[in-house]
Amino acid sequence: MRCAISSSKLKKKSNPAVNVIDLKFYYGDNLALNGITLDISEKMITAFIGPSGCGKSTLIRCLNRMNDLIEGVRIEGCIKIAGKDIYDPAINVTELRKRVGMVFQKPNPFPKTIYENVVYGPRVLGVKKKSILDDICEKALTRAALWSEVKDRLHFSALELSGGQQQRVCIARAIAMEPEIVLLDEPCSALDPIATAKIEDMLVELKKDYTVVIVTHNMQQAARVSDYTGFFMMGELVEYDETTELFTKPKKQRTEDYITGRFG
Amino acid sequence: MVREAYHKALKELQDDVLEMGKLVSQAIQSSIEALKTRDIETSKEIIKKDQEINRMRFDIEEKCIVLIATQQPLAVDLRTLTAILSIITDLERMGDHAEGNAKINIMIGEEPLIKPLVDIPRMGEIGIAMLEKSLKAFIERDVEAARRVCNEDDKVDALHDQIYHELLLLMMNNPKIIHLATYLTWVSHNLERIADRVTNIAERTVYMVTGEMEELNVSKY
Ligand SMILES: Nc1ncnc2c1ncn2[C@@H]1O[C@H](COP(=O)(O)OP(=O)(O)OP(=O)(O)O)[C@@H](O)[C@H]1O
Ligand SMILES: [Mg+2]
Repeated sequence: MRCAISSSKLKKKSNPAVNVIDLKFYYGDNLALNGITLDISEKMITAFIGPSGCGKSTLIRCLNRMNDLIEGVRIEGCIKIAGKDIYDPAINVTELRKRVGMVFQKPNPFPKTIYENVVYGPRVLGVKKKSILDDICEKALTRAALWSEVKDRLHFSALELSGGQQQRVCIARAIAMEPEIVLLDEPCSALDPIATAKIEDMLVELKKDYTVVIVTHNMQQAARVSDYTGFFMMGELVEYDETTELFTKPKKQRTEDYITGRFG
Repeated sequence: MVREAYHKALKELQDDVLEMGKLVSQAIQSSIEALKTRDIETSKEIIKKDQEINRMRFDIEEKCIVLIATQQPLAVDLRTLTAILSIITDLERMGDHAEGNAKINIMIGEEPLIKPLVDIPRMGEIGIAMLEKSLKAFIERDVEAARRVCNEDDKVDALHDQIYHELLLLMMNNPKIIHLATYLTWVSHNLERIADRVTNIAERTVYMVTGEMEELNVSKY
């Protein structure tokens, strides 16, 4: 298994891919994010951890405006990707979601073949040539560390795959869009340790080309794969630091209590 | 509070370290007492008891490994476990130094001491006091107390210098006692090493609490 430690030890600072500035998010009257400010580094893995309901999913859904689909929500503050405010009315949301891909907790492949799942996005965007689609499919599945397992059954239904394989199809589907940023909300929570390890290895490989943001309840997973970790509690960012620092010597007592299980 | 069993196990491990420290401190104490009173039986006893110290070290180490494997400790808990692993190694070595003193006593055997022992017991007393303070600082997570312990190492170093020169003079004046004087320099050396290892315990304590590695006292030796 690959390890993220070596890269984060270098304390290599990369440019921020995303700037979140004093972000407040309301579901109706319920304040779910209370003034979050953080930068997400380019081509690094950033993990968000924290107790259930602290706002991790809300935050990552803000990054590709997935929350727009929910009734009665309100957002204040600002999120910039590559320097541009993504909530600017001039922004094309479809284009944004192409640049910021998302993978969910439960694998949700379409009831189509593996191949059709992966090339779905490019097809919608108008790519028609079979040779190009084939190429996209192979590249994305290779990136998602699934190619060798499925290359002989690309035209079988994705629903016939195991959970871990389905999740990697979903990751391949996200990558096939050539996003700049990949968001993953608890992508391994339904997977066994082997499938989890494969996805973790793949994430470390992915960050060569992509900025990765992962929400996880598995602190060991955050520790294994991420370069930076943010700890959230009740809609607030309590601590945000290099992962090795946060897990060996957190600066805030609330972080310490949470990660050592003295919380609650 | 969640993870009660885990935190209880961590607490028990710290008690085990304290227990092991007591055995080591007793071993040092009686090794010097035996030397002073020419008590060969006690020295043999110390050598036997060192087995118990060694075994205890492995027991504690094993418990640490099991906790690391099963509980994935993080942050202060992780630092506590690594501190314990380091401290028990130092304690085990201190036990060996005490055992070394016991063996020297046996080697001296029936021969009379070449001088009344004053500075050597003094060194031992300071070392034992340092050991006890360092373990108290560890248990109480008292960084200031840990730092203070390290300053006392200078006294032990100074005594070691003094004893060494005194014994050198005795040897020059009377070559017949060279072997006996050499034995005593070994004892002094063992005690100097013990105090030095106490400073390691104090350094680990500071690391455990603050997360910072600090070299607190660079020994002369
Ligand atoms: N669609 C929604 N409508 C109304 N309130 C919501 C909605 N989604 C989340 N919330 C509320 O917002 C807060 C943050 O929820 P969010 O899903 O972001 O938490 P989370 O950190 O992802 O938790 P978990 O670890 O359980 O997934 C919670 O109080 C939750 O009840
Ligand atoms: Mg969530």
